[in-house]
Amino acid sequence: MKILIAGCGKVGQALAKELCEDGHDLTMIDSNSAVLNACVERMDVMALHGNCATMSVLRQAGAEKADLLIACTGSDELNLLCSMTAHGINPELHTIARIRDPEYIEQTHTMRDVFALSMTFNPEKEAATEMTRLLLYPGFFKRDAFAKGKVEIVELRVDAASKLKNLPLSSLNATVKCRVLVCAVLRDGEAITPRGNFVLREGDRVFVTAPSDSLATLLKNLGIVTRKVKRVMIAGGGTISYYLAEKLHRNHMEVQIIESSPARCVDLASRLPFATVIQGDAGDHGVLETDGIASCDALVSLTGMDELNMLISLYANSRKIPQIITKLGRLENSKIANSLPLGSVISPGKLCCSNILRYVRAMQNQGGAAVTIHSIAGGNAEAIEFLVDENTLHCGEPLKQLKLRKNVLLVSITRGEEIMIPNGDSRFFSGDSVVVVVSGGETVLQLNDIFE
Amino acid sequence: MNFKMISRIYAMILFIEALFMIPAVGIGLGYGEHTAVISFLVSMAAILAVAGIFALISQNADKTFRAKEGLVCVGTSWILMSLLGCLPFFLSGEIPSYMDALFEIVSGFTTTGASILSDVEALSRCMLYWRSFSHWVGGMGVLVFLLALVPVSGKNQGFTMHLLRAESPGPDVGKLVPKMRQTAMVLYMTYVALTFFDFLFLIFGEMPLFDAVCTAFGTAGTGGFGIKNDSIASYSPYVQNVCTVFMLLFGINFSCFYLLILRQFRAVFKDEELRLYLGVVAVSIILITLNIADLYGSVWESLRYSSFQVASIITTTGFATVNFDLWPSFSKGILMVLMLIGACAGSTGGGIKCARILLLLKGVRRNISQIMHPQKVQVIRVNGKPVDERILSNTNSYLAIYVTIIVVSFLVLGLDNFSMTTNFSATMACFNNIGPGFDAVGPSCNFAAFSPFSKLILIVDMLAGRLEIFPILILLSPKTWKRS
Repeated sequence: MKILIAGCGKVGQALAKELCEDGHDLTMIDSNSAVLNACVERMDVMALHGNCATMSVLRQAGAEKADLLIACTGSDELNLLCSMTAHGINPELHTIARIRDPEYIEQTHTMRDVFALSMTFNPEKEAATEMTRLLLYPGFFKRDAFAKGKVEIVELRVDAASKLKNLPLSSLNATVKCRVLVCAVLRDGEAITPRGNFVLREGDRVFVTAPSDSLATLLKNLGIVTRKVKRVMIAGGGTISYYLAEKLHRNHMEVQIIESSPARCVDLASRLPFATVIQGDAGDHGVLETDGIASCDALVSLTGMDELNMLISLYANSRKIPQIITKLGRLENSKIANSLPLGSVISPGKLCCSNILRYVRAMQNQGGAAVTIHSIAGGNAEAIEFLVDENTLHCGEPLKQLKLRKNVLLVSITRGEEIMIPNGDSRFFSGDSVVVVVSGGETVLQLNDIFE
Repeated sequence: MNFKMISRIYAMILFIEALFMIPAVGIGLGYGEHTAVISFLVSMAAILAVAGIFALISQNADKTFRAKEGLVCVGTSWILMSLLGCLPFFLSGEIPSYMDALFEIVSGFTTTGASILSDVEALSRCMLYWRSFSHWVGGMGVLVFLLALVPVSGKNQGFTMHLLRAESPGPDVGKLVPKMRQTAMVLYMTYVALTFFDFLFLIFGEMPLFDAVCTAFGTAGTGGFGIKNDSIASYSPYVQNVCTVFMLLFGINFSCFYLLILRQFRAVFKDEELRLYLGVVAVSIILITLNIADLYGSVWESLRYSSFQVASIITTTGFATVNFDLWPSFSKGILMVLMLIGACAGSTGGGIKCARILLLLKGVRRNISQIMHPQKVQVIRVNGKPVDERILSNTNSYLAIYVTIIVVSFLVLGLDNFSMTTNFSATMACFNNIGPGFDAVGPSCNFAAFSPFSKLILIVDMLAGRLEIFPILILLSPKTWKRS
């Protein structure tokens, strides 16, 4: 498909990388030629220098023949103008725009047709939602939901004291006493699709599929003691912090925000009356101590700088805070970040990629497209949910008779309220929803792609 | 330096080179030239063996590939391709000296068309074919061909930009469509289509099939190897006119043809580089026609000769229909200037390129106006778009290096004690990938008389000219080879 990306910031580049790997024709528009040059040298894309909201630039970029425009510049207004203009040039064009300002959400939702938007996304809000989910269920480093929240893929880490250490996968179900399936293991930066004789080692990051209602059993039997998060400290008072504080408050948690800019503090304090807003430098250990970091159940580093976030999280780790979440804008998959005890790492740009990717893939093949896509194992694997329909091959055949492609694993089958972690005798029927995990950079667009 | 990844590209290029020799073998078999066929088969085996070695080295290559690797890879793979591509000439004994054989194939790949052969017609048919085909391969570039055919490194195609930039001529190389592979494909499809039309027109003029194929290859690559001793002179005026038109067409930036396919006629018509190129061609033809009018029977005849020679020189092809060395000085002077200017950027021709001349002229105009208004801020625009200052300064330094290389080669050639005109025009003809020069290297003579050392210098000149200096220059810098 021909896709235009307006704005080559962090989100734009992350999107371009994913879409490029899926084999789309990308044209990137930005008003900063240095960023464009960097893009052209790293990815197989075409670059166009100019203002993305002008007709002439959009025409030059080929908006007349394009299938999709993704506007992700730093400014909401520019994104809206860009989508509207592009839609004016080509009414067939689908448009996706990044809208960040919470004040615009209402109008972009109700006046979608006026703005000509097929979809909006808000990386900050999505990041806040994700963080809330993690804080509601402490103990997991990452949670991705499928089948309307009935099945989840969660991340566990194997440390020195873990019961998982030196455990062969064949005896995993006996240890945790519930139905789970390990769908990927991230070891030394590489995603492995494990077999039954695979033995877990210290330092492994394990991705486990489990029905949502057995997550508590899983934690209990692994000996991971968790207490409910009641007090959360947020370092940095940006947009994500605002969304997060609001959501945490709704879930009856106590929120403390540390922000260095006095003006921003006043703004936050007026919009979040329930939160304790503290003006100070979150990088200063003294400030963290004074405000009672020791008594917090969780710390979230959300300042604008990756380096500072990493330092704050490391300090929190040394103070034995049970739950730590670190926001990283660029370094999310870097070897350094992976080797440090930063808790759960969340990258807003990467997070919204999955949704857009799903939209693009759905545009590509009408019907039979993925319902949910989540990137797992540090971006080395994808978990994709599909609906089985009458066109799906091999319905009703036992799995052991099917030949699946290499690097593809079928990890769950949901039929109505029944959730199955499949074994060789399981079978799927039309109407079921299945989750497959694909690693090794392969692309699965439809369910039938998983068969050899 | 990522030698493994570079080796991988070497392996692919050599494999393609071996494939390209297959038609030559077929032609050799058809004409019953057994020695030549055997030498081709041996060369192919040797090339495949070397390719195999590189393929073994390149296992588990990591994918980092920067601008430096791109330049080194392009520079060295052209040298490698030439070192092995000249084997058929040498092995068959048709060109007994290896240095001469190398000169001939480098002249082919770089689309120069300078020859060391005094009797071209003595060569076997399959050798003549390989010689002309090397022009066609070198014209658009073998790496571009590679990019069009195979995904060089799986899904991560970003770095291939470095290869395109290093191999394609022009101050600012960009893609036509978002995907590198499609860009390379569009370029080659246009190239193949134009070559085919050229061939059809030549056949229509009752040119023999083999001659038409070779002439079309020579024209398309703006190379200039003739398969007759007198180049194109013995063919009919119709054939000569067809050559004139197609030489001029192959000197145009290929993105113009792409715009024509997209039906953006206005953009093509308004293209400043194209206007400059056609303007220079028209003015030169008129001046030379007037200047040589009394040498030939009619104005039409002198117009035919002058337009052919102008097209041949400005596109840096180097075909000849007449010995222009006998023309008056004014006409020869114009031709010498055309040698410098060269064809458009993004074409198969050589020289400084019209795009650079345009930038240089505009830069000079800005400097003059800044002398009068020292505080004036002025942005140089081409086709209505502002030009990045970095491209301007690159163009200026390109000119400086260009002149330096000409001066150095000219001085070194002086050791052979030929006339000044010979040495200077030989340098110009090789460095700008034209072929024939004046005096002792004029259209009716050849480069055989130079010493092996001078030939080596000219070989380097030809490669530097075709690859626009930097890919060859970077190979000479010690820093390139240091670990980093």
